[in-house]
Amino acid sequence: MREAPPGGKLPMKVAVCIKQVPGTTEVQVNPDTGTLMREGVEAIINPFDLYALEEGIRLKEKYGGAVTVLSMGPPQVESAIREAISYGADEGVMISDRSFAGSDTLATASTLAATLRILGPFDVILMGRQAIDGDTGQVGPETAEHLGIPHVTEVKMIEGIEGNRITLHRMLEHGYLRLRAPLPILLTVVKEINTPRPASFKGKLRARQVPIKILRAQDLELSPEIVGLSGSPTRVVRVFTPPRPTGGKVFTGEPKEAVENLLRTLEEAGIPLKCRNGS
Amino acid sequence: MEGIKVIIETCTGCGLCLRACPYQAIELREKKAWITDKCILCGACVEVCPWKAIVIAGWKPLPKEDLSRYRGICVVAEHRFGKLSPVVPEIVGAALALKGQFKSAPRFVSALLIGTGVKTLVEDLFAYGVDEVWLLDKSGIDPFAEDILAELAVRAIRERKPEIVLGGGTVMGRSLLPRIAAKLRTGLTADCTELTIDPETELLRQTRPAFGGNIMATILCESSRPQMATVRHKVMKPASKEMGRTGRIVELDYKVPKSDFEILEFVEDTSQKIDLTEADFIVSGGRGLGDPKNFSYIEELARVIGGTVGASRAAVDAGWIPYPHQVGQTGKTVNPKIYIACGISGAVQHQVGMKGSDVIIAINKDPNAPIFTIAHYGIVGDLFQVIPELIRQIRSRESGEGAS
Repeated sequence: MREAPPGGKLPMKVAVCIKQVPGTTEVQVNPDTGTLMREGVEAIINPFDLYALEEGIRLKEKYGGAVTVLSMGPPQVESAIREAISYGADEGVMISDRSFAGSDTLATASTLAATLRILGPFDVILMGRQAIDGDTGQVGPETAEHLGIPHVTEVKMIEGIEGNRITLHRMLEHGYLRLRAPLPILLTVVKEINTPRPASFKGKLRARQVPIKILRAQDLELSPEIVGLSGSPTRVVRVFTPPRPTGGKVFTGEPKEAVENLLRTLEEAGIPLKCRNGS
Repeated sequence: MEGIKVIIETCTGCGLCLRACPYQAIELREKKAWITDKCILCGACVEVCPWKAIVIAGWKPLPKEDLSRYRGICVVAEHRFGKLSPVVPEIVGAALALKGQFKSAPRFVSALLIGTGVKTLVEDLFAYGVDEVWLLDKSGIDPFAEDILAELAVRAIRERKPEIVLGGGTVMGRSLLPRIAAKLRTGLTADCTELTIDPETELLRQTRPAFGGNIMATILCESSRPQMATVRHKVMKPASKEMGRTGRIVELDYKVPKSDFEILEFVEDTSQKIDLTEADFIVSGGRGLGDPKNFSYIEELARVIGGTVGASRAAVDAGWIPYPHQVGQTGKTVNPKIYIACGISGAVQHQVGMKGSDVIIAINKDPNAPIFTIAHYGIVGDLFQVIPELIRQIRSRESGEGAS
């Protein structure tokens, strides 16, 4: 499907930014205490980032080059980086410093951009469309802005790279957009882009052995005002659990009777479940 | 940990914060909460502590600039193919509501309209009730060329200095506004579901869901301007449209830069013909269907009530229906008037994508399925009997009561 680039720029230098997040499977609110229940919640790689990683590995396989995985966060992100290596990333970099804690999207983007500048230049920088804890989807575009390179969000397909131009499909409401853009570029990807491969045995072995580079605030030469809490223009002033529905009306028994009861109740509540397409 | 502190004297060691922490960053040491290196300062523990024993300190404002020079609320008027995006009346509605909450001095609501041949939309914006339209109508601006749009918008914002900038929580809005915010080095809050003006400080209180909707956070942007937010589609009440209203047009005359992007084509996706995120009625099927051909039950019910077909991840992963139909964490977030979940157990990942629906109806044979905990109405039963019965009764009620 993808054509090799005639006289294309080889090899590709690819960066994939991943985030470690709580696996939300079991994150539910305790109805009695109103708190998040975290039983059995383990830290995982943000699911969307796995698609970014897979796409990075595919670019490497097609055009040659290397994939660097970066993750910013507290020391335990090392396990996420090692996991990424087991899937096929070449090297891992951890961006970790206490002064980064409390970063909002702007400060996170400043820190990632500084890291990418030091390790780069990269041809393609990949991220998942959003992290499942913060759900903002802003770090990608803001990082691209700090780097001064173009970005495209919601990428569902990389058609190919020719010379210095990449052709992409971007998901939008009601369809998708085909567009071409120059390298270097930052892309955020959706699930539709690929099916991530499982870790290989060789990959797992490598993941255990490969040294992970650690970058601290001083390595990034960032002024303290633009990282962490002080570099974050937004501040969370309140966290609360949304009001829960009080539990619904459930109808049981024979289908005919249950449906009758449901439709009557809906009608009484003024809820418009009606036939809108007769025939 | 810097920034976050446990006040040892007040901490009772009750352990509520341990359970609230999504990052497992709190331990009990000598019967007091202890914050470990895993903390990312998300603040979940602060709110949950009944003793107010956890505080986040150390937050320093950015260098002060003269914030009072920024005035008014600006709405980024997204448009495509000569029409305003459906989210625009909703953002204007939110902006007008905010305008009414300022007590110190009156504020204007402006709309920033950038594009080629977009002058025709000015009338619509006035009809929705904006006071001003900042208009940049010049040739060579592709509505998909976000890099140009960002640059031009930044110029307008720097010059006009609104204190608040709101955009749509659309694919475009959530890509364009971060670009603008980063250029301006200001704060941006994603996908807000509630916006109010703080009565004392007159700052914008921006409330949004996080952790897949399991928690809500209220966010302020205190010392940089503008305060920027994207607004989740289909949450805010749209402004009413009254043709004939007018306002002031501010014509902007900036040189249009060249875009990095070459827009090749927009391909309408037939499987997304009615976009799930726009649908008022959705009928979704899950693993309980058992077989791809049983999606015909879902399709038929959807057809009868004029709805769109959705699906759980299980059904999509099984290859029963294409990905654009997937509702949930890794699919679409929907907020229809009615969501009917058929044979969907309702894992948290699915709930995240649909619990904003006005009314949720669940049909499932397992009375203990988690979907029933969030459904407003439910039927416990075999969907292969319940759905046909539902279709039959909806039809007969209609014919019995006459067409209305």
